[in-house]
Amino acid sequence: MKHYEVEILDAKTKDKLCFLDKVEPNATIGEIKSMFHKSHPQWYPARQSIRLDPKGKSLKDEDVLQHLPVGTTATFYFRDLGAQISWVTVFLTEYTGPLVLYLMFYFRVSFIYAPKYDFTTSKHWVVHLACMCHSFHFMKRLLETLFVHRFSHGTMPLRNIFKNCTYYWGFAAWMAYYVNHPLYTPPIYGEQQIRLALIIFLFCQIGNFSIHIALRNLRPPGSKTRKIPYPTKNPFTWIFLLVSCPNYTYELGAWFGFTLMTQCLPVAFFTLVGFIQMTVWAKGKHRSYLKEFRDYPPLRSPILPFIL
Amino acid sequence: MSAATGTSKTGHGDGAAKKKKGPGALATAYLVIYNVVMTAGWLVIAVGLVRAYLARGSYHGLYYSIEKPLKFFQTGALLEILHCAVGIVPSSVVLTGFQVMSRVFLTWAVTHSVREVQSEDSVLLFVSAWTVTEIIRYSFYTFSLLNHLPYLIKWARYTFFFALYPMGVSGELLTIYAALPFVQKTGLYSVTLPNKYNFSFDYHAFLILVMVSYIPLFPQLYFHMIRQRKKVLGHVEDYSKVE
Repeated sequence: MKHYEVEILDAKTKDKLCFLDKVEPNATIGEIKSMFHKSHPQWYPARQSIRLDPKGKSLKDEDVLQHLPVGTTATFYFRDLGAQISWVTVFLTEYTGPLVLYLMFYFRVSFIYAPKYDFTTSKHWVVHLACMCHSFHFMKRLLETLFVHRFSHGTMPLRNIFKNCTYYWGFAAWMAYYVNHPLYTPPIYGEQQIRLALIIFLFCQIGNFSIHIALRNLRPPGSKTRKIPYPTKNPFTWIFLLVSCPNYTYELGAWFGFTLMTQCLPVAFFTLVGFIQMTVWAKGKHRSYLKEFRDYPPLRSPILPFIL
Repeated sequence: MSAATGTSKTGHGDGAAKKKKGPGALATAYLVIYNVVMTAGWLVIAVGLVRAYLARGSYHGLYYSIEKPLKFFQTGALLEILHCAVGIVPSSVVLTGFQVMSRVFLTWAVTHSVREVQSEDSVLLFVSAWTVTEIIRYSFYTFSLLNHLPYLIKWARYTFFFALYPMGVSGELLTIYAALPFVQKTGLYSVTLPNKYNFSFDYHAFLILVMVSYIPLFPQLYFHMIRQRKKVLGHVEDYSKVE
């Protein structure tokens, strides 16, 4: 068996950073990253970007050395992706914030509202309902992060956690402040509006969860395979016929329901911003599906059936 | 801070990158017209200020003599966001948007909206800074698009900001500060609870927040221009033909 020699150069300065000899032909990029890590302990594998071309795309951990367009002396270029943090950690942190913050506003903890309102409760039952819905939503997200989702990437850049937490925590505090405010005004159409909103909210929570389960089942544990999702026996997944990312569709629906329930402009604004971001993600995902799969169902739209 | 920095890459940088992607002939013609019109507009404002000063004999209340062209041409700069979005100008939409919006904010949401500050000298301070900056900036773009950029204009663009930036920022901050008591007293642009949208907005607090934001933002923009200056003027011997 012929062994390979691997040299790793810095993508920017072209300095020789590492030379590995007697590398097995069936070694993966992931294994090469581990070897590189040994000689440069500050660059753990998650922050290594290894590429064939200094300005090219990163190679995947699963790529096998002998299947790459390299000679028996392979030259790779390295780029430091910066400090990394695991997706799970980011999700758990960014979702715990809203859960805790909203409850602080709900219970009217000191220094938020005027002192005479400290630890009082709202007289509007919709405010209690909203708290239950909001808390349920974020607890569901936390549990899904721990038990349902199968992440393609292990890590993301560290600075993302600050950006993401500012977004989630900031918006949660802003929304919670108004919904739990002593001067809160309940929805104009009263019970009818709240009931409809709750139905939409619950429907979309179940829908969103169904999609997450369906996506999880597409992928065997520990793998990073990608397959086209299709409707399953669960009616909530039949939306896959029309939409590539129904998890976002349902998420939008849930927040729309919450906006209707609380009739609160900051909530509407949060829903709008979320919608814009999810549309960007959905379009990206839709495009990747189309690129990767020749037989991708043509009827599907990224996030809104026929529209977007 | 509102003295536009602009990150237009025309006029400097290596020749290969410049030839790779530029606006088409029609877009270039449009941009030349746009920049000429804007240069002219700000010259009108400059002349207006000088004439009003000579007529009155004092710096006081010159805002009123150039109020309309100022509003017109400063607001017109919103088109620059569109230029970036469409791609005929190689600058960041976000950066340009931010710069133009901060100018428009000062023009309309502060100076126009709070009559009492219009006679403040701080208004003259930022208007003068903006005027000189914009005349230089728009003529810089005009000449760059025509591939005949006089060194003097390039030098001016990357040197005058040393004084104009702090001048503009001071004028802006002082004006916002002067507006605060009036905004608080009248509750301008503010919404209070209770209301059916369950929303509130305190414009007075917002203005204070805007003032505070100058602290991290102004140094960043200032040092960005200093770095740009080194890049553009520093290599003039090497790249003298690439203008």
